[in-house]
Order: sequence, then structure tokens, then C-alpha cells
Amino acid sequence: MNILVFVKRVPDTESKIRISREARAIVEEGLNFVISPNDEFAVEEAIRLKEAKGGQVTVLSVGPDEALVVLKKCLAMGADEAVLIKDEIKEAYDGRRIAVMIARAVEKKYPGADLLLFGKQSVGADNAQVPSMVAELVGLPQVNVVTKLEIEGGAGTACREIEGALEKVAFSLPAVISAQKGLNEPRYETLKGIMAAKKKVIPVVTLEELGLSGDDVAPQVEVVKMETPAGRQAGKIISGTPEEAARELARLLRHEAKII
Amino acid sequence: MILVFIETREGKIKKSSIETLGEAKRRADDLGTTLGAVLVGPGLDGLSLPLFVSGASRVFLLENGQFAQYSSQGFAAALHELVKEIAPRAVFFAATAMGKDLAPRLAAKLGAAVASDCVKIEVKEGKLEFTRPVYAGKALLTLRLKSAPAVATLRPNVFAPAAAQTAAGEVVKRSVEIPDGAIRGRVAEILKEKGEEIDVTEADVVISGGRGMKGPENFALLNELAAIVPRSAVGASRSAVDSGWIGHAHQVGQTGKTVSPNLYMAVGISGAIQHLAGMSSSKCIVAINKDPEAPIFKVADFGIVGDLFQVIPALKAELKKLFE
Repeated sequence: MNILVFVKRVPDTESKIRISREARAIVEEGLNFVISPNDEFAVEEAIRLKEAKGGQVTVLSVGPDEALVVLKKCLAMGADEAVLIKDEIKEAYDGRRIAVMIARAVEKKYPGADLLLFGKQSVGADNAQVPSMVAELVGLPQVNVVTKLEIEGGAGTACREIEGALEKVAFSLPAVISAQKGLNEPRYETLKGIMAAKKKVIPVVTLEELGLSGDDVAPQVEVVKMETPAGRQAGKIISGTPEEAARELARLLRHEAKII
Repeated sequence: MILVFIETREGKIKKSSIETLGEAKRRADDLGTTLGAVLVGPGLDGLSLPLFVSGASRVFLLENGQFAQYSSQGFAAALHELVKEIAPRAVFFAATAMGKDLAPRLAAKLGAAVASDCVKIEVKEGKLEFTRPVYAGKALLTLRLKSAPAVATLRPNVFAPAAAQTAAGEVVKRSVEIPDGAIRGRVAEILKEKGEEIDVTEADVVISGGRGMKGPENFALLNELAAIVPRSAVGASRSAVDSGWIGHAHQVGQTGKTVSPNLYMAVGISGAIQHLAGMSSSKCIVAINKDPEAPIFKVADFGIVGDLFQVIPALKAELKKLFE
């Protein structure tokens, strides 16, 4: 199987996010960046499929040179190759422009890919747009938020999370799948993997090489403002025995907050 | 026109679609435009009335027997034909599993950008402005879409339904052709967890357990509370999920689900930054934890410092009195 995995460099989930109101953006200085956690499930699934069925795993990322670190990690996990699609524009919160780049790269460089794997959403922009958009642009079926994937021959089934249930989707390859927690347990890089990854060269593809102009990938999202959400105030601590506290809580919820 | 995709499950319109229609009605009024609703499937007759009551002036029924099962390719193709024809100013979806799957697929056909998971929509200078949480709610982004139509998904449990309108309007029924081979992925089956109906993203009340629950068997305590309180669901912190105490579909937080219920009860949850990101937009937060220094108390409207294994049974008795 020829598998492509798409990963994104995002601020660590433990980060406190600071905002520059003037720049209408987050302050990147001092942030620790990591591979988006959902993307790790996609990388792991690709490697497992390769181990089971043979083939090739290529990991791609759209972003600045700094995203090379994330690609190195994927190589150390066991991906065969990695490619950076270089995008000089900072986070624009516009999934469409990223999808246009990925779709073009797939069509131009990987027309024989069997499976395109993504995380269900980047932890950051939280758009959950790119997998569906790429699927449409390349003309493939999609299954998003997948917690179980089975591939047999030229077809597969995937279970995806919906409200209060799982949806089992049958599809034919090639296809787009986005991974959700529960799909697998991502492996740690081994020392051997890290050493091997160090030696690998990661090619950098420019948008010109993909035949894309500035207009093709111009952000269609105009950021009006970026703000810190209004903080919550610590409320009332209810004292007393467990029974007293429970009674008072029930009273407050019903008669003061009026929410139950 | 603002066009709203109306999602049905088992022949019923989803509550989040009615919320989305309500917000679309208010914004359509601001813009001085009309409101349309579109349903996809077989057997849509009889579903139009509540949409007219919510203020829609036209309801489009896109019918094909193959739409009995959801397919992103089929649904997106059907919507695309309609959108090309009626050229709405905006297309709104509820940010449900289906809406999040479908909206970007339709948008890609239209060459349009999407505002995902919006929590506020305003009209400024005659333009729609969308506000949405990013970094799992650690920041709020307000944006305008330069591309047209404006495609947006709206977070469930955030927007109010419209005030009831005089139900009047036009039903436009279309049968949709699907070329052979156009749909290469479709739902084969829906697998339900036993007895579970409401997802944490849709519940009015979410009762979540964390590390303090000490083990999977104790989640029964929370299930018992949820059984008493109407429209409630059980959630969990990442550490409870990672310990295998409860399925990941219940996880609330940055790597799980973001919820905005009327009431969020954090039981034995310390309140790591990733968890707070996923539930801070809840209308009322209750924390029950034995550690008075737990960060969860800093965001809680009501807190009880105590042993959850004593407090929860007492609370169960009190809630029983309220609901029975």
C-alpha cells in the first residue's frame, strides 16, 4: 500500500496561549510546538498498515521550515519518507488554502496513493476541514473521526464517531481517512529510529513547483480580531456535611441558577 | 437567502439543526434576506412544518432512495446542485459529526472557505462576522469570509431556536439523480452503545469523572446521576479515559470533545488546562473534589470540597427528590 500521511506542527496542548491584539494573532514566541496529537494516530495507523501489508509511508506537512522537526519525529516513528510543502504564510485559520496545496501535491506527485491519512483536526485551528476538502478536490471518498479501520484488497470499512453511536462506513480505495483517539496507541520513537531519521534528507517542495500561484492559496479568511475568552470567576464553595452540601447544591441549581 | 442544512436522524430533525435555523433567522433578518432550509433523504414529507415555524420561507427536499444512508459524496453533490441554482448568501450547518463532515466537502466544491464551530455570529457593516474558539477555546477568533457563499458550522447547545413564526412558505421538492459510481463510501450500519442516547456535545447536563473516580466501576455512580437528570450524559477527563475506565467518546477536553452544556459537573477532576479548554464555555460549572487547591475550583460556579464517594450518593438522593 502506498500511504500518505499529513501532519501539522501546532502549539503543545499544555501551552498557555498569549494573544497579540494588534497582530490579531497568537504570540508564538516561547511556545513549544509539537505534532498535532490527532496526527500521531494517523502516522501510527499508516505504519501498522505498512507492517501488515507492505508498502510505503510518506509523511507530508504544510508549513514553515520549523515543521521539519515534526517530520523528523514521524521518520523516527517509522515512516519511510517525509516531505515539507513550504508555506510562508502563518496560521491563517483557512483550511481551504491548505487543502488546495495538499490536493495539488497528491495529484502531481502521488497519483498512485491508496490511502490519505489525516488527524481528525489540528489541535489549534480546530477547523476539521482539510481532510474533507482534500477528498473532494481529489475526488475520493472520505471517512472522518475514525476509531477503527480495516482494509481488505481494494476496499475498507471504518468506524467513525457520531453523536452517541458509531457509524460504520464502507468505502473503496483510494480514500481519505481522518484519525481519532481510540484508533490505536501511537508508538514512541526508538533510538535506532531517531538515528536513522537524522540521516534522512527531507525534500522541500515550494508552491511554485506545485504550479500554485499566490492567488490560488490566498487566505479567504479575514481575521477581524483575536481575543482571550472572558475568564470565569471562582464561585461559591458550599460547606457542611456531604448531605448538607448536596442539599444546598441541589437547591442552588434549581432555585438560583435555575438550570435543572 | 441564508440556507440551513437540516439534519435528520431516524426520521426526526435534530435539535442542533433547529438551533442553527434560529440563528440563521436572526442573521437573515439583520441582512434583510430570507431563510431557506434543505433536507436530504427519502421520506421527507411532513418534516417541513417546524422549519416554517422557525421562520424558513422555503424548504427544499432533495430526495433519492440512496440518501437513506449518509454519504458525504452523495449529500454534498445534492447540496451543490441546489446552491448553484439558488445562490444563497450563506450556508449554515450544525457542527455535528455530519455537519463537520459535509460542510467542508460542499465548500471545496464551491471554492469557499469555512468558519467552523462558531459560537457567535453578528452582522457588521452588512457582512457576516463569525466568532469561533481556537486552541480549544484558549483564544476566540472573529473572522469574515471573503469567499462566497459564506459556509459555516454552528456549535450545538450554543444558539437559541427562533421564536415561533406564522408557519407559511413554499415546499420545493426535487428528485436528485446520482450517476453510477459517484458514491464510493457510504454508511453501512450504525452501532449504538447500549442504552446510550445523548452525546456529551448535545447534552444539557454533563457529569464528568476524573482520576478521583479511582476505577471504572465507580463510573456507575455518575451513570446513576445521569439516569435521574433529563438530557444528561456522562463525560470524563483524559486521565480517566487513558486509564481505560471509560470510552474515549466521553472524553472532554482539548484532545477530546468541547462541550457547552447548561450544567457541567466535574467530579474528581483536578482541572488541567486541556480539560478546562473543553468545558469552560459551559453555562454553569460545579466542581466536587477533595483537594481545595484543585484548579477546577477557580472556574466553578459552585464547589464542594469533599470526598466524592460521600457527596455523590447524597447528591443522588437530593436529585431524586427534585425529579421524581
